[in-house]
Amino acid sequence: MALSPAPQVTDGAAAPGPDPAGAPEIEVSGLSFRYGRTGHRLTDVSLTVHAAEVCALLGPNGAGKTTLLRCVLGFLKPTAGTVRIRGQEIGSLAPRELARRVAYVPQSTSSPFPFTALDIAVMGRTPYLGVLESPSARDRRGALAQLDRLGIAHLADRSFAALSGGERQLVLLARALAQRAAILVLDEPTAALDYGNEVRTLQVVAELAREGHAVIMTTHQPSHALTYANRAVLMRGGALIADGHPDDVVTGEHLSDLYGVPVHVAGVTLPPGHGRREMRTCVPIPTSPVAALSPPLPFQSNTGDGRSPAAR
Amino acid sequence: MPVADPVPGASRRLAERVRAGVADNLRVVLLAVVLLALVVISFGLGRYSLGPLTVLRVLGHELFGIGEPVSGQNRAVVMDIRMPRILAALLVGTALASSGAAYQTMFRNPLVSPEILGVAAGAGFGASVSILLHLDTTALQIISFGCGLLAAVLALTIARFVGRGSLIILVLGGIIIGAMFNALISSAQYFANPETTLPEITFWLFGSLGRASMHGLIVPVVIVGVCLIALTSVRWQLTVLATGDDEARSLGVNRTRIWALTIGASTLMTATAVSVAGIIGWVGLVVPHLARFFAGPSFNRLLPVSALIGASYLLAVDDVARTATSMDLPLGILTALIGAPFFVGLLAKAGRQWL
Repeated sequence: MALSPAPQVTDGAAAPGPDPAGAPEIEVSGLSFRYGRTGHRLTDVSLTVHAAEVCALLGPNGAGKTTLLRCVLGFLKPTAGTVRIRGQEIGSLAPRELARRVAYVPQSTSSPFPFTALDIAVMGRTPYLGVLESPSARDRRGALAQLDRLGIAHLADRSFAALSGGERQLVLLARALAQRAAILVLDEPTAALDYGNEVRTLQVVAELAREGHAVIMTTHQPSHALTYANRAVLMRGGALIADGHPDDVVTGEHLSDLYGVPVHVAGVTLPPGHGRREMRTCVPIPTSPVAALSPPLPFQSNTGDGRSPAAR
Repeated sequence: MPVADPVPGASRRLAERVRAGVADNLRVVLLAVVLLALVVISFGLGRYSLGPLTVLRVLGHELFGIGEPVSGQNRAVVMDIRMPRILAALLVGTALASSGAAYQTMFRNPLVSPEILGVAAGAGFGASVSILLHLDTTALQIISFGCGLLAAVLALTIARFVGRGSLIILVLGGIIIGAMFNALISSAQYFANPETTLPEITFWLFGSLGRASMHGLIVPVVIVGVCLIALTSVRWQLTVLATGDDEARSLGVNRTRIWALTIGASTLMTATAVSVAGIIGWVGLVVPHLARFFAGPSFNRLLPVSALIGASYLLAVDDVARTATSMDLPLGILTALIGAPFFVGLLAKAGRQWL
């Protein structure tokens, strides 16, 4: 998806793109996190994400994907290890300073109040305002330009709550752009979207990465990693089990192991006239429904004698 | 400073927005004009009625030194009898509506009212005890204000130690503390003398502006003024907070600080309003909705518009309370009778969005 060119930056924020000093955008090293005394959620996770990368985090529920994102956003304080943003320890950055570097795009946002799409997008300017200050006409203009860039300027005065899921996601991306952060953190950005909006949203995300943003996102769809990401990280039980280019990491073997269902990853050749001819996608391998259920439910007798396992 | 248009399409939209902004400001000005007209009319209403020109002549001479002195009786009616009551109506209406708007925005819940932390029940208990002990009006105001604050502090303590700062536990804590203080109010009424103090307590709890005096309003005006300034200063941060905790945090908003400031200012204003006028419900719940209808949900506009509408509304209702019959009608009963059906209308219109 082609986006209109980025508006001129005049607010002195770090523009997306590689750090002149060469530091990676996100550098997580030896990160551990636990809730309370026992609830281990992350164990010794190390990960770096560079500018112009889309890093997709894959893994079953409870693997620690969201916990990792929340550590990168500075919401959670690691029990051990460090998170560095462009080489700077995250704890040493003031909240406003951090907000100028890392933008958060949630699954959806819900407010009972009728904020307009432009209201939401303007909020991206908050880290650049004094604590007592409100957005100026210039901030509104900047936010409107970002809506325009994503092709949704006509929605500016519509109520955010009344927009479709896909439009809302684009508004939240526009807010992240108004925030002018080099790092975009997306938590299952397409979980609530239909197929068309899912594709549109992720194409915008991939385009933003090509412009130099570093993107880290969680997803439940391995094909998202294969189609839109240039980096895939597999997680299970709070630990990284694979990290690399999606073509190397998102394999049938890995996915079958990760999710406990047999999966096949296959190449697809697009018809001529498209930039990228060869693409890979994943399909589940059909199995008998009984074998796919694991562990077996009590009423499925394995011995074939007609009695339930509980009765044996 | 002229800035080059980033996108041509945006400039036309911006022009529309600027026009819309002017329209928004016009609405605020219009509301202010309505309020001023209402004030002048209110000075004229009552057993001894005065024309608007007479009122303006008295106010012009007494407040600004313009024109000739006005006859003793007209002056006394305007300045001594009606002035404190009208000022009290403006103050209480502003305080209740502003704190309601702040709480609704902060709790992200359109059904929240300023009494949410048990402040009104606490202040009511303080007033009841003061009446039982035959204390004077100043002491009553101070004790009721203190008990209102105490109720909020107890609710906050519950939230802090039981709910670890959760907003839902805070609301539940407020309900618990409110119920407890209501029980204490009932016991004060039970022990009151049915001939003297019981009717006094009951009438106080109904809410009235009849007790207002000029010297008794000085401290309340200062408190409400400071609280309004505090809320104004965090207006945008509070607006961002209304979209969600995580998002506000990712935008660099210091949630704890904004919460503390909003709860502090709203509690002080509510306790002040109750200590001046007794328990006047529904204003803080309904007026912010009306204001949102006029000005949108952004707290930047919601606060001034809520304050203006709240002041106008309570002034108009108090005019009815003191002129409809030969005796003062209880204000709290009137606001409930007007507020409840109005709220049903709001529910019918927006109910599905709120759930």
